[in-house]
Amino acid sequence: MTNQIRLRITFSKTEAMRYTSHLDLHRTWERTFRRAGLPLAYSQGYNPRPKIILACALPLGITSLGEILDVWLEKGMPISEVLSALQSTLPPGVTIYHLEQVGLQEAALPTQITAAEYAAEILESVIDLDNRLAILLSEDHLNRERRGRGYDLRPLIENLSRLPDTAAGCQRLSMRLSAREGATGRPEEVLDALGISSHSVSLTRTKLILK
Amino acid sequence: MVQKPGRYTGGELNQIVKNWDATETRVALVFPEIYDLGMSNLGLAILYDQLNQRHDTLAERAFCPWSDMENAMRAAAIPLYSLETKHPLADFDIIGFSLPYETLFTNTLNALDLAGIPLFSAERTTQHPLIIAGGHATFNPEPMHAFIDAFVIGEGEEVIHEIVDTYQEWRRSAAPRPELLEALANLWGVYVPAFYEAHYHPDGTFSHLTKQLEAAPLPVTKRIVPQLPPPVTRFIVPYINTVHNRVPIEIMRGCTRGCRFCHAGMVTRPVRERSVEEVVTAIEGALAQTGFEEVGLLSLSSSDYTHVVDLVRAISERFTGQHLTISLPSLRIETVSVDLMDALKDGRRAGFTLAPEAATEKMREIINKPVSTPQLLDTAREIYSRGWTTIKLYFMIGHPSETINDVQAIADLCKAVLAEGRKVLGNRAKVHAGVSTFVPKPHTPFQWVSCDTVENIRAKQDLLKRQLRGKGLKLNWNNPEETMLEAWLSRGDRRLAQVIYQAWMNGAKFDAWHEHFNFQAWWEAFTALGLDPAFYTHRQRPIDETFPWEHISTTIRKKFLTEDYLWSQAGDTRVDCRNQCFACGILPTFAEIRREHPGKAWGCPEVKSRRKGDKSNTILIEQVAVLD
Repeated sequence: MTNQIRLRITFSKTEAMRYTSHLDLHRTWERTFRRAGLPLAYSQGYNPRPKIILACALPLGITSLGEILDVWLEKGMPISEVLSALQSTLPPGVTIYHLEQVGLQEAALPTQITAAEYAAEILESVIDLDNRLAILLSEDHLNRERRGRGYDLRPLIENLSRLPDTAAGCQRLSMRLSAREGATGRPEEVLDALGISSHSVSLTRTKLILK
Repeated sequence: MVQKPGRYTGGELNQIVKNWDATETRVALVFPEIYDLGMSNLGLAILYDQLNQRHDTLAERAFCPWSDMENAMRAAAIPLYSLETKHPLADFDIIGFSLPYETLFTNTLNALDLAGIPLFSAERTTQHPLIIAGGHATFNPEPMHAFIDAFVIGEGEEVIHEIVDTYQEWRRSAAPRPELLEALANLWGVYVPAFYEAHYHPDGTFSHLTKQLEAAPLPVTKRIVPQLPPPVTRFIVPYINTVHNRVPIEIMRGCTRGCRFCHAGMVTRPVRERSVEEVVTAIEGALAQTGFEEVGLLSLSSSDYTHVVDLVRAISERFTGQHLTISLPSLRIETVSVDLMDALKDGRRAGFTLAPEAATEKMREIINKPVSTPQLLDTAREIYSRGWTTIKLYFMIGHPSETINDVQAIADLCKAVLAEGRKVLGNRAKVHAGVSTFVPKPHTPFQWVSCDTVENIRAKQDLLKRQLRGKGLKLNWNNPEETMLEAWLSRGDRRLAQVIYQAWMNGAKFDAWHEHFNFQAWWEAFTALGLDPAFYTHRQRPIDETFPWEHISTTIRKKFLTEDYLWSQAGDTRVDCRNQCFACGILPTFAEIRREHPGKAWGCPEVKSRRKGDKSNTILIEQVAVLD
């Protein structure tokens, strides 16, 4: 235990990897560490699990340029060594942007996340987009239902604004949605509230915000 | 969005993508089930590896889409495509279907249809891909004869190359399609059904086959590889969870036990083993390339692998502390098996599986899987006392000459095993009984036997359901109607092809899935074609009946099967044929190959020369003939 180190990795989840569920992504990382021959730490007990914690589940089908995980290794080793071992065995669709050592006593990663930022590229142009945004943002409440449960989407929207159109002329939106435990905004819900089908939008999570 | 889109994307770690335009021959390997099941099939991985080793060939994968995706594809007119380069299947030169079991037949038709390829072989032209199929279900290829251009009978590792070579020569010659089929028919282990015609007696039973092409072989002898090739180590790592998400390593092929119900045990002879070193090196290589956390050591009977103790020791020395789960299935019912599993300890002690198949000693003698009940209980006690809380017991009902007392004995035995567990663990002990229904399979000593009726099966299952309830007991069983389908298709003749087609037209597909199984579609198909399903399943066949699959030679002689069947009726058992060669037919047929591959890797006795040998373990061809 005493020699363990805790690392934080910021990475992308793109291409076919965007269809990998939270649970399967966890397994994908376990296998990546195993291929890399790195001394992954396992939990104690009857059914030892690798000590890998993903920050925040990503809805299936959304790509991400800013996923975060914490992982524990059995013994300390230089970050550069870990990085080069991982780089050679990463599966398609995963790129590591950042790798750092963090304190063993830090709070659990999911509890440190407060918000997530998304970029939405709208493939079928919406003529009154600015108007729709203005109306939505002027509301105090956006009562919606998801999986049979009512909730208010409005307080979960921390920011919603337009980004410059792409070179090809596609409209783009930027959203910053709450991502606290029990208070997580989903980008498809925001699009739906704007009357935009998520099927005609390419969504990317660009960043997770930590406390 | 469709369920689990990760099934349809490809792009996984270790997939092989070649330059489409620069590659001479393109092969699509299709496992006609969903990705989650197909990716767990070792046969597919072996052929993918073999074909992609060739510079002139590429092999890509395709699977059946689940209904939601199929509907979306049909609505958008998207043909079935390969995962690697997303080419429509119709653009490939060769499409190879893997058919390990019969409930994949309608899916095969559905896949061809989704690919926009004519279903019937006779309707395909030079512009269409060559459609081949192999796998255990093709040891009786007749029900699928109308849809497949050429079947591979037996092992594919070598013949697949000969098929590709033959295809390439034909393409260069620009000859008409029948010439390709003719050339294929001349390969050892390849069956081209178009070159044969089936004839029947007035009572509907099969009479004989006539050749439509002089050069076509009759019988068609199954293919074997003299020596198992190096195991595959570069497995594709799926992005999503699959049924067996692990490294599969075959330690041994074939079986010497001779359980009379066992199709695999008959058709995969002779026994060939891999060395411990080869297995361990393969595990290391595969783990480095995949990162999998589980390894499955595959064979039909792990306990019979000559070096099983050494293998287990080597694995536990080499991989301890790596959080690796090793599964060693198909262990014999004896305490040594518990030692083996103990040595592979992985922390998890969930369930220990034993397959007595029948609950009385008499019945176990009939099926030639003799184990005494005290030995079974001793083994159970040992398992519980080493920390496993659950024992899974596999049985079959519907064995020949089975009575309700034999079924009652299953319940009694499960309770007796549980009682052993309770002595050690108290109420924590559990028994899970898996009770499937016996289907008499072609090429086995039980091929003459009638299949139990649905009513009988239900009555037997009801008895077990009443008895095997309560704390610590769990029972699984099969739908008897699904068993009937398996029986029709595995024992069918050429007339079944129209039934399969009609059933598929009626909506049958994914027959192995409870939620898709459509008994009505099959029943109506039989009715429409004026065939009686009971003719195929509930008919005790006379001992001199000619079977519609006899032109497919597993090299096990009918005389041997007949004798073994008669022995079963007399309650006589056969010992492991490593102790005594019974001249089943393997060795006389493959004597030359055995002579060229001496040593312990084969389970059959050595064949050193045609002249008298001097070693006691050397059996001569003449002696084999005498034994016969």
